[in-house]
Amino acid sequence: MAVKSTMSNQQKLVQAFCDALGVSSQTVNDELQYNTIREWDSTGHMVLVSELETVFNVMLDTDDIIDMSSVAKAKTILAKYGVSL
Amino acid sequence: MTNPTNLTYCAEFDSLFQHQVFGLPALEKRAALMPVFNALHQHHLACSQTYARLTHGQPLSFRTPDELPYLAVRLFKHYSLSSVPDNEVFRVLQSSGTTSQSPAKVLLDKATSARQSKALVKIMQNFLGKQRLPMLIIDSPSVVKNKALSARAAGIQGMAFFGRQPVYALNEDMSLNSVAIEAFQRQYHAGPVLVFGFTFMVWEYFVRALQIAKQRLSMTNATLIHSGGWKTLVDKQVDNPSFKQKVSEVLGIERVHNFYGMAEQVGTVFVECEHGFLHAPSLAEILIRCPYTLKLQKMGQSGLVQVLSSIPSSYPGYSLLTEDLGRILGEDDCLCGRKGKYFEILGRLPKTELRGCSDTMGAG
Ligand SMILES: [Zn+2]
Repeated sequence: MAVKSTMSNQQKLVQAFCDALGVSSQTVNDELQYNTIREWDSTGHMVLVSELETVFNVMLDTDDIIDMSSVAKAKTILAKYGVSL
Repeated sequence: MTNPTNLTYCAEFDSLFQHQVFGLPALEKRAALMPVFNALHQHHLACSQTYARLTHGQPLSFRTPDELPYLAVRLFKHYSLSSVPDNEVFRVLQSSGTTSQSPAKVLLDKATSARQSKALVKIMQNFLGKQRLPMLIIDSPSVVKNKALSARAAGIQGMAFFGRQPVYALNEDMSLNSVAIEAFQRQYHAGPVLVFGFTFMVWEYFVRALQIAKQRLSMTNATLIHSGGWKTLVDKQVDNPSFKQKVSEVLGIERVHNFYGMAEQVGTVFVECEHGFLHAPSLAEILIRCPYTLKLQKMGQSGLVQVLSSIPSSYPGYSLLTEDLGRILGEDDCLCGRKGKYFEILGRLPKTELRGCSDTMGAG
């Protein structure tokens, strides 16, 4: 936890993708899109949503889940809830 | 995919999607839908030889939904019809038909799959709101672990968009997971929750199982969404009113919405409103045809259900003649305020029994 608290939001975001989808941090870049890798399918998506909610302490609605089609989009959506990235 | 018919379709679909999902009165709805259906017709003509062969001799565009060609839903139970190159198929949806032993195969590309999710969310938001709710799934967790995506698993995955921290109410052997159910109730008794399951599962493994165990729940903050057809329940003499009555009695749930939708047209679902009628959203249309002549029935007459969906571009299943019997009850004037046609499903066309094409058929 001590390590996590010193992480930037950017690092936390990458870590959340890694933890939720089980991919390496090299895979997680802005261009990474939903359904383009086996790990980020609809099941992985819901795990990811819940991980992002926990890490950033936000509540995402159904529109957000549909809109979150890439890492870049995830940043835009989190920004909407006041998470600076 | 960059072929021109698909681009036209995508543009038309995007413009249809801008409209409120239950906000279009008849003429406006037709004006918004027909460009999409005509684009789908032309797209599948260009990309599916089977579709082109089956609709041979038909014009390139049509004025009204009833003029559009339709395929028998049975076709999808025997063939894998595709309008995309094999390398663009990213998901194959299997559904074991209730009458046929061979499972339906629906080939999805990413774009069609994404539209399915978008449409389902937009339609369901109208009944559930945008927020996600703690969700109790009336099924066993093993159903979604199977690699081949069954219609049941796909249905649960689709609805999972509306849930947070989903809890499965059943064990692997379909018995009640009382520990999970009690914990769910204890944790979320104060706020709204979502309960989702297949009609038969909700009835047999939840409502009936609780009854047999002489238990009652009081999930007064819950909304129950269920789907999957009434066939097995009709055999048990359970219709929608008696289903709802028992759900209220045993589960304490008053807000109950059934929905009707084909595994071949995932996304565009027809949801039961507060007054008990199934509603056609702006993204889909329903028509009723005489089982003999296949002519369009008048409003109120029962017949075969034809469903039209604005979604499928990877397989030519946007216009399907089902084997279900139904009846349109009205258009644009339901007391719930939603525009569009509202209707009821009356069961399935009896296989051997071919009766006259009268307005009383199947209506009891
Ligand atoms: Zn209504």
